Amino acid sequence: MSIMVENMKEKILEIKDLTIHYIIEDSVVKAVNNLSLDLNRGETLGLVGETGAGKTTTALGIMRLVPDPPGQIIGGKILLNGENLLEKSEREMRKIRGNKISMIFQDPMTSLNPVTTVGDQIAEIIRVHEKISRAEAHIKAKEMLELVGIPENRFSEYPNQFSGGMRQRVVIAIALACNPELLLADEPTTALDVTIQAQVLDLMNKLKEEFNTSMILITHDLGVVAETCDKVAIMYAGEILEYGTLDDIYNNTLHPYTKGLFGSIPDLYRETKRLNPIPGTIPDPTNLPPGCTFAPRCTHKKPECEIHRPSLKQISDTHKVKCILYDV
Amino acid sequence: METLIEVKNLKKYFKTPNGMLQAVDDISFNIEKGKTLGVVGESGCGKSTLGRVILHLLDPTNGEIYFKGKNITNINKNELKSLRKHMQMIFQDPFSSLNPRKTVSEIIAEPLQIYKVYKTKKELSEKVAELMDKVGLASRLENSYPHELDGGRRQRIGVARAIALNPDFIVCDEPVSALDVSIQAQILNLLQDLQEELNLTYMFISHDLSVVKHISDNICVMYLGKLVEISPSNTLFNNPLHPYTQALLSAIPIPKVRPKEEKKDRIILKGEITSPINPKPGCRFAPRCLYARETCSEEEPKLVEFEKDHFVACHYVADINN
Amino acid sequence: MSNAKKKTGLWLDVWKRFKKNRMAMFGLITIILLSICAIFADYIAPYGYDDQDLSRSFLLPCKEHIFGTDNFGRDIFSRIIYGSRISLTVGFFAVGFAIVVGGILGAIAAFYGGKTDNIIMRAMDILLAIPGMLLAIALAAALGPGLRNMMIAIGVGSIPRYARVVRASVLTVREEEFVEAAISIGASDARIIFSHIIPNAMAPIIVQATLGVASSILATATLSFLGLGIQPPIPEWGAMLSSARQYIRDYWHLTTFPGLMIMITVYALNVLGDGLRDALDPRLKN
Repeated sequence: MSIMVENMKEKILEIKDLTIHYIIEDSVVKAVNNLSLDLNRGETLGLVGETGAGKTTTALGIMRLVPDPPGQIIGGKILLNGENLLEKSEREMRKIRGNKISMIFQDPMTSLNPVTTVGDQIAEIIRVHEKISRAEAHIKAKEMLELVGIPENRFSEYPNQFSGGMRQRVVIAIALACNPELLLADEPTTALDVTIQAQVLDLMNKLKEEFNTSMILITHDLGVVAETCDKVAIMYAGEILEYGTLDDIYNNTLHPYTKGLFGSIPDLYRETKRLNPIPGTIPDPTNLPPGCTFAPRCTHKKPECEIHRPSLKQISDTHKVKCILYDV
Repeated sequence: METLIEVKNLKKYFKTPNGMLQAVDDISFNIEKGKTLGVVGESGCGKSTLGRVILHLLDPTNGEIYFKGKNITNINKNELKSLRKHMQMIFQDPFSSLNPRKTVSEIIAEPLQIYKVYKTKKELSEKVAELMDKVGLASRLENSYPHELDGGRRQRIGVARAIALNPDFIVCDEPVSALDVSIQAQILNLLQDLQEELNLTYMFISHDLSVVKHISDNICVMYLGKLVEISPSNTLFNNPLHPYTQALLSAIPIPKVRPKEEKKDRIILKGEITSPINPKPGCRFAPRCLYARETCSEEEPKLVEFEKDHFVACHYVADINN
Repeated sequence: MSNAKKKTGLWLDVWKRFKKNRMAMFGLITIILLSICAIFADYIAPYGYDDQDLSRSFLLPCKEHIFGTDNFGRDIFSRIIYGSRISLTVGFFAVGFAIVVGGILGAIAAFYGGKTDNIIMRAMDILLAIPGMLLAIALAAALGPGLRNMMIAIGVGSIPRYARVVRASVLTVREEEFVEAAISIGASDARIIFSHIIPNAMAPIIVQATLGVASSILATATLSFLGLGIQPPIPEWGAMLSSARQYIRDYWHLTTFPGLMIMITVYALNVLGDGLRDALDPRLKN
């Protein structure tokens, strides 16, 4: 019964077997390997992983912004409302970027053009995608500023006159100006102070609800995920190791890597003498281990793990995991 | 318990074209031998400046610093060189804090060479090997360059360099902030192990409260150059008194699934941090404080012991917490 | 026993990157060949640079004289070979002199800052205010003819450029955290400058230097062309161009070969400098 409910939710994004490699001199960086994930309309998916997991590359892949050279999308499909983005021309993609799909990057200091006023930057994106006059675009831009909590009389100020948190709000305003269906947020609050982060996440949640935007939130912070996401995908070495609802991942953690992540963070409300870090370091993406990519660091490793690469198994209607321990 | 570090009314001001930047303003605290003092605060609070002033990487504008009871505020070059053997620093950025043109063993050996600790090359390289082993660096890495290694290993090099001279006191300036979560945990464990083994005293600076809580015995909270609260670690988390500390704690995203109602308890501060240049009179937190009253923008609150070992700087702390 | 991998050195990485750049390798090989010519001129040149034979003047390129002969019957090929000696010597020494003087000034200015920085850089600005070529000409005229005076004349004009490059480089490196770390472990000023700052500031200086040699060679040619610096019969490419001017309509070979040599040498140095800059680019250090 619940499987049907899950499937009846409208899927806005479906990624199937996405593979992206970077070809650098004589080595191949396997950034994303056979990645599959889905996103339902109105949901927020947390894409969690550490540095080098391939999260940003995946987001760039969706936007078709992977730098080529040296990056190449080797295979797979990215379906936005059923249409494969990988088959679209550059011209068609330009109509989609900023309009149907928007992206927010980590560093608000460098995401904004320093020589254009913030108001103009918002108005610009509106005019690119909508045929309205300059005056109308200005009015809309001012509305967006108010929406993100910036007084509209700051329309003519330049980015350097704003603090980090305010700049990130401007970035959000630009991203949402054309009411995109999908928002990709790549570590949007990592560079901000924790009290400012709280403000910005609060804002993002409010806007998300108001506009029913679907969102992929890339982060390494499990706390941020718990505050904002409905679904979670744990990424490691270019693959999804575990995928499920917030409840699945936090209260029924399955994959040893996910457990390791939870074991690595100090708990604010409990006394912990020592943390339980995951031993070792992430694998070299130009030389991934055969078999399970996490095996070299796994405390539950079995001999088969080093030979046989597991596939994503459905544990419940919402919960999937890629680990031999759960191969029934 | 022996007091290793004592800081009295420490001030560090910087002259800027726009006025006097009061980075550290009238800070006082002690650190006991073998303990860890966590220093927590957001950007611009002055915590990194504080660490650097104590280590004489910056000169204090006013106030006093004591090391093992001796006043080290104004010491000459020779005394300073001798002092540095006892007080070291672990830096935040594991890449830029290591000379990219030196190998791992050269970086770790350098403090030993400067102080001519060993007479023969053999003794020196044995000590370097021992240090590498202590911090968990494989011996095969001794001729590697920093850029060939990942953040976690680079930070271990920084730790090895800091303990090479067997110091008493180490300032850890955001040592794990630039690292991945699983590596953070490894380094934190390492720092704790070394503290026990070598009887080290730490001043642990960070913006990450969960990390600070885990590793510190006592914590002080800074805001715009001022110390707003200081108490033992557990007390701070179970009973935060200052409104800023309360907001800070409530802002931390918790990695647990909570019902929506609980999430609404969050204290969202209004506005932005004000400038530390020519600050206005009164409490520096007043512009953003939910409880601010008239006195707050006129008179600066003093750090007062509200309950045992728990100090707060707030005019209305009693009212707010009842 | 340590099974550590051998110390490969960072220069090996640079060399590997450099090797891949074809143009840069061409530049390097050309300069090496020219240097060999300069050093072993006595063995390579078939004739002396001043062996006159008026009966065999103005000969076009032929079997015995592959570049032909000039108005005094001197073998042009031999004179070109000996000329490389002058060009490269002046080029490298002028730049060397300028780097040492300018480098020390720039490093002191950057390391100590404040008034010292101000005084030194304003002095550099004064030098820079005089157009380079004019300064070289004035100095060469004042000092008199000769190889040594030409090196000084050209070198002095380059001092501000290197002072600036070194100063900028040192300023950047000085702010790096590892310099702060060096202070915290008790390093002296001298150790910080020589062991930490300078090795990390070298890259832009090396690149500037190769380009500097190119412009010094051009300056040498110009000075000789104007009759300053090198005196006949010592061959110098610029001087050879100058004395061949009057014959340009009748005898193409008198001007073509010296001109080509200047062009090839300067080009080779430029691509070498570009290649070095790309190979030394720290962004490739990931």
